[in-house]
Amino acid sequence: MPPATPASSERLLEVQNVNKAYGRGGKQMMAVQDVSLTIHAGEFVCLLGPSGCGKSTLLRIIAGIDSATSGSVLYRGRPLVGVNPHATIVFQTFALYPWLTVLENVEIALKARGVPAAARHERALKLIDTIGLDGFESAYPREISGGMRQKVGFARAMAVEPELLCLDEPFSALDVLSAEGLRGELMELWHNRAIPTRAILMVTHNIEEAVLMADRIVVMGKDPGHIVAELPITLRHPRQRKEAAFQIRVDKVYAAVTGKRLIAPQANGLHGKNKLPRAHLNALAGLVEKLLADDGHTDLARLSSELVLELDDLLPIVEAGELVGFVKVREGDLLLTPLGRTYAEANILARKELIAGRILRLPIINWIYETLQRDDKQRVVWDYFLDKFEEDFGDRAEKQLDVAISWGRHAELFAYDDNAGELYLEN
Amino acid sequence: MRQFRFSPPLPETPPLAAGDGLIILLLVTLLYAGERLACNAPAVITGPDISLSPLALPWYALLSVGRMAAAYLLSLLFSLFYGYAAARNRGARAVLMPLLDVLQSIPILSFLPMVLLGLTAILPDKFAAELAAVILIFTSQAWNMTFSFYQSLTTVPWELREAAAVYRFSPWIRFKTLELPFAAIGLLWNSIMSWSGGWFFLMAAEIFHVGSRDFRLPGLGSYLQTAANRADSGAVLMGIGTLVCLIVFLDQCVWRPLTAWTDKFKVEMQESDKPPESWFYDILSRSWLLEQFDTRLWGPFNEWLDQRLSHLGADRLQAPTQATGRVAFSLPARLALAAIGLLALYGSYRATRILLAIPAASWLLLAKGLAATFCRVTLSLVLALLWTVPVGVAIGTNRRLANILQPVVQVVAAIPATALFPVLLLGLLGIRGGLNIAAIALMLMGTQWYLLFNVIAGASSIPRDLHNTTKLLRLSSADRWRTLILPALFPFIITGAITASGGAWNASIVAEYVEFGGATHATTGIGALIAQATGSGNYPLLLAATLILVVTVVGINRFFWHRLYLIAEERYRME
Repeated sequence: MPPATPASSERLLEVQNVNKAYGRGGKQMMAVQDVSLTIHAGEFVCLLGPSGCGKSTLLRIIAGIDSATSGSVLYRGRPLVGVNPHATIVFQTFALYPWLTVLENVEIALKARGVPAAARHERALKLIDTIGLDGFESAYPREISGGMRQKVGFARAMAVEPELLCLDEPFSALDVLSAEGLRGELMELWHNRAIPTRAILMVTHNIEEAVLMADRIVVMGKDPGHIVAELPITLRHPRQRKEAAFQIRVDKVYAAVTGKRLIAPQANGLHGKNKLPRAHLNALAGLVEKLLADDGHTDLARLSSELVLELDDLLPIVEAGELVGFVKVREGDLLLTPLGRTYAEANILARKELIAGRILRLPIINWIYETLQRDDKQRVVWDYFLDKFEEDFGDRAEKQLDVAISWGRHAELFAYDDNAGELYLEN
Repeated sequence: MRQFRFSPPLPETPPLAAGDGLIILLLVTLLYAGERLACNAPAVITGPDISLSPLALPWYALLSVGRMAAAYLLSLLFSLFYGYAAARNRGARAVLMPLLDVLQSIPILSFLPMVLLGLTAILPDKFAAELAAVILIFTSQAWNMTFSFYQSLTTVPWELREAAAVYRFSPWIRFKTLELPFAAIGLLWNSIMSWSGGWFFLMAAEIFHVGSRDFRLPGLGSYLQTAANRADSGAVLMGIGTLVCLIVFLDQCVWRPLTAWTDKFKVEMQESDKPPESWFYDILSRSWLLEQFDTRLWGPFNEWLDQRLSHLGADRLQAPTQATGRVAFSLPARLALAAIGLLALYGSYRATRILLAIPAASWLLLAKGLAATFCRVTLSLVLALLWTVPVGVAIGTNRRLANILQPVVQVVAAIPATALFPVLLLGLLGIRGGLNIAAIALMLMGTQWYLLFNVIAGASSIPRDLHNTTKLLRLSSADRWRTLILPALFPFIITGAITASGGAWNASIVAEYVEFGGATHATTGIGALIAQATGSGNYPLLLAATLILVVTVVGINRFFWHRLYLIAEERYRME
């Protein structure tokens, strides 16, 4: 068993106090705030976090196809200007040109670098051979499977021999078996130094995947995107998911990913309104019942695999549960509160009352409710709320309002009349 | 059945923006310039002698197709440059897109007299008429192609764009491997629409004849007109036969092979169940000669071209950024805009002085004419709706019927209404109000197909489940139409009607005033006024009539159709 590749002290890439903001003026939203990160030669680093934490944005800034609002990115000590010539990206959705054959898709990367026709043809053929797509050179991407398409994506990336290989959730659009196969092949190439790549940076929201592959996991949190923790993974390769040591690492990472929100749900809006997680309250009801069946206590990692829910889908529900006080998160474990237990055991009508009382304590819901109450007809146009929301949430205002309306409807507090474009109080 | 929409989608702009004012002023200036030039136009223009011999037909067909091809190539080049500039440069977009929006809603035929008169003043008659025909066809073809190309450029999938940036594609390589292929299907689809629409204008240009000014051109259109004029039914049949053969030939040997070829440029990652097929394409793709051409000439040429062009603009290699925020114009751009604005103001001022000199009686005449034409356009739209909705729904929901009728409809629809117009006159001019009926018939023939194709597309897009649900609920036929079919068709009917109404207004120019059988026939209408003013050399009236027509049609588009379109898109689109 080869050891995890030792990271040298050679600094390949340094990200220093990078900020990234979208929009301008009052509606500005921070995507990434004050992020610093160093990648050494020989390292496999994973950027891990829920969706919307800015991990993909950070990857794009490092690859130079997006620029930071402030802060600097150094490559081998030199400030990066424009597209990073030493880096390349393998995309989640493959980003193959559908009208080019497998061979042409690989060749085009070389053509853009000015490699003459004969040389690029030979090199592309060799790469396709290496990744085991021999015989598919003249196939179009739509004629081959997802796993094979991503192989082409890797071949194209390797064709330009990048020093820094950036992977943007490269396995998440694949079926489980193809993904596992491709992970293994990538790790083999990487550990055998079969590719001239000096470091790999992978974005993922799959915790097990990160623990399986990375030398170091950088955990990011959201609102705005920032680094929560850096966890070195020193297990030897090849790593086994079933091993106890592996599971301990997974739990640890879970604790890091979920831990931050427990300490301080930060005030986000100008008026102290918290963001609502994008989850349906129906799903929360399901989660609470599941917890009751598990004796009010479960492991988040286990829950995620039992429910076959990705972290991105599970976390907002957990967050909603925390907001209304039905569940608690402690070091990667999920606990049912006494209130949650009452809710889980109640009948439908009692549940509605209970949840209505709980969400009315949330500033956003409360503010909508009171605004509607103050109105003579108890109807207020949707646009009014959107305007106010925009002050707090910028371009995410509409989504937030959608969530608020969906929660209000669920609890039968208020509803939305699409024809009139108005919110109104439920009697 | 293809799920394309048969009209270009409208941009979501407010009904009137500041830029529109400038554009209207510019149009006024342009018309004013045309009017000035027209004053020097020769009073008598002799047209060509049209031979009705069958032997002349191939030559005429070639001439007609030549005009179409020249205009189409011009349109294609224009679309590529204009669309690229608008998509790449935010400053350019702020000017170009509103301009395109107005341009695609003005009734193009109304400009024909002005262009003809202006060009004959400075060029030899024959050449001026040829040029005017090409310009006219160009203006009927270019806008929707440009719009389609622009839209494709702005909707290139984000990850493909990012991949182009990561692999540091030069602008040329990016254009060739990403942007043009991505735009190809839409561009081809719009080319086909433009081409078949172009016939209408070609025929109109070939038969344009007012008073002592005979602007006719030798071609299939004038052949048909002459044949109808002399009541030579044999020649009429031969002319129509040639036209149909020509259209079918072009469809089979140009458009269908191209459609089959562009299928590979779709972005969907699924294989289509029924890829477009073409026997001619199959023959071509197996041809040894073409293969040799590809490997020996085209391939090396491509390589050579790539090497030459790859450095173009490569120093400005940058990340794909999303366009946000306000437009910032550079100083030269501001100066140019200011100069154009001043020019527009001056031209409009001069035009206004001309308009003010027009007597009140003429204005009354114009108002009456406008109202009469408006009634005709509305009537033709209503008539078109009355038959296309039931027939379209029948074809769109019944696969067997579709298989039988679709090819027939396609051929019939391909015959330009203006080509049949002289034949129509032959039958109708004898009866009372015949020209009136013929005018409405021409509008109907020119516009009903847009509606029919849209209704078919709309009806076939209604999900099977919804049909089944209405059956299970045992809804009555009236309820079925009210709750399912009409709401589902609404967006399609609106998009079809927008194009149809534009086409009907266009038709008024050739439909309301005709020289036939040695006599002049005219009915009340704005189109008749424009034609009469052209013939008699009453240029102030021509200017006023053209202007009124343009403003009315643009106004109806903006304030009526645009609003309905937004409602349709928001409420009734099934997606």
